Amino acid sequence: METDSLIDVQHLYRYYGTHCAVRDVSFQVRRGEVLGFLGPNGAGKSTTMQMLTGNLAPSAGSVTINGVDLLEHPKQAKTALGYLPEQPPLYRELTVDEFLAYCARLGRMASNEILRAVSYAKERCGLGDVGARLIGNLSKGYQQRIGIAQAIIHTPAVVILDEPTVGLDPIQIREIRKLIRDLSAEHSVILSTHILPEVQAICDRVQIINKGELVLADSIDGLTRRMQQATLIVGLHRPPEPATLKTIAGVLEVETLGDGRLRLHHVPDQHPAEALAERAVNGGWGLFELTPERLSLEDIFVQLTDNETTEEAA
Amino acid sequence: MIRHIAARELRTLFLSPLAWSILGVVQFILAYLFLTQVQEYARLQPQLAMMHNAPGMTEVIVAPLLGTAAIILLLIVPLVTMRLISEERRNRTLPLLLSAPASMTEIIMGKYLGVVAFLAIQLVLVALMPLSLLAGGSLDMGQFAAGLLGLLLMLAAFAAAGLYMSTLTAQPTVAAVSTFGLLLLLWLINWAGNTVSDNGSSGLFAYLSLQQHFQSLLSGVFDTGDVIYYLLFIVLFLVFSVRRLDADRLQH
Repeated sequence: METDSLIDVQHLYRYYGTHCAVRDVSFQVRRGEVLGFLGPNGAGKSTTMQMLTGNLAPSAGSVTINGVDLLEHPKQAKTALGYLPEQPPLYRELTVDEFLAYCARLGRMASNEILRAVSYAKERCGLGDVGARLIGNLSKGYQQRIGIAQAIIHTPAVVILDEPTVGLDPIQIREIRKLIRDLSAEHSVILSTHILPEVQAICDRVQIINKGELVLADSIDGLTRRMQQATLIVGLHRPPEPATLKTIAGVLEVETLGDGRLRLHHVPDQHPAEALAERAVNGGWGLFELTPERLSLEDIFVQLTDNETTEEAA
Repeated sequence: MIRHIAARELRTLFLSPLAWSILGVVQFILAYLFLTQVQEYARLQPQLAMMHNAPGMTEVIVAPLLGTAAIILLLIVPLVTMRLISEERRNRTLPLLLSAPASMTEIIMGKYLGVVAFLAIQLVLVALMPLSLLAGGSLDMGQFAAGLLGLLLMLAAFAAAGLYMSTLTAQPTVAAVSTFGLLLLLWLINWAGNTVSDNGSSGLFAYLSLQQHFQSLLSGVFDTGDVIYYLLFIVLFLVFSVRRLDADRLQH
């Protein structure tokens, strides 16, 4: 266990009756890291997050927040925790300022810091001009941002956000993404979302949960490597015989796609692109396209979550 | 922490028209009763003057007023307590409290004290009416204080029961109806108690009754047994509430 891991989850289980919603989930999040938490609906994402924030008691396993065991010392552990549930918990009858001040007090902030904390959180979440308005009268996007402000107001070490960008317009989404990136400088962030590009844009690590089990836990770099497939698409105006192409170092197989386009399968570590381009110029093949093929995160997501279902069905 | 939760609870009450209308309606009804009682006293005064050891203003006016106030508030308190937890459940705002560094006991105590503070405001408003009699007469302050204490304990007991009922459900109206049912049952239970055992207040049912203990305080008898009854009642329902809220975390 590293000393700088702010969240440490060990062998977490959760049963609802006999149904096992979360099975043997273990992971760590270090300071300054954004962890993307993916999974289809009903896979156990929200259940896991509720267990991390003390809203739900795990059936077995341990959760350590900032070095404090959540189950043994819940009060102390929760001071280091900010949580935005799927539905932001807002008191509609309060104004934004009142609500945030209340949240700051709940987070055990000293009373002389509260005013500053409220204005700072408002500034960070773009709520500067709605401080005096009633929460119930604000739009969904604003309410979502108040939810985020509420989670970060007491500058917790760990911020857990359950689908934070739902209901926001594209500009707000960009602002919130930037905010999350900024947050990760001092905090650990766990982010649950359905929006896959979002994960690629802001997360350092990704884990995918399916049917209560972690099916993937990898860094974004590792994921990018996974996404690279050992194929190249080549477009040639005057293609040579496939057999000639096969002589290029690393090329294993050639597939003709028509219109002069070909798919080359190659040895994963040996990119034939450079050699191919050279040969194409020398041989006058009329090269007009050369792209490595990639899987999208979506493909991986579908692969991982689908495989499981088919396996289990079989 | 308890203070902040209680303050927010009280503030929310006064932000909706509910608190204001309750204060207004209860005050209006009690003022009417108070005035009829004053009139009654004025009518009886010539007779009372002739009597040796005659009942004073406190007995004729104040005790019935406080007694009626308890009955009216028995109808009203469930409406105040119904939303305490159930509305948070319904609006899904409970995670805010549950993920904050506050224990279940602090959450429950905060909610409870918020409502008790509201009821104390109501009590002060009620107490102002008998105090106005001081302008033209004198009150038995001991009996008056015992009566007020009794009413305060009674309201605190109502609130504890209401809070517990509110932790049981996500529907405020269900909480209100069941609180009302429970309180009314506990109010009336000594009727059975009296018939079961002919010697009046000694039966179990009579002991359980909220009303029985209130009567002696109203007549100015301060018995620690009565005060302990209310305190036990309050603690019991608060412990139930804490446990019920904690159970939410454990299962679904």
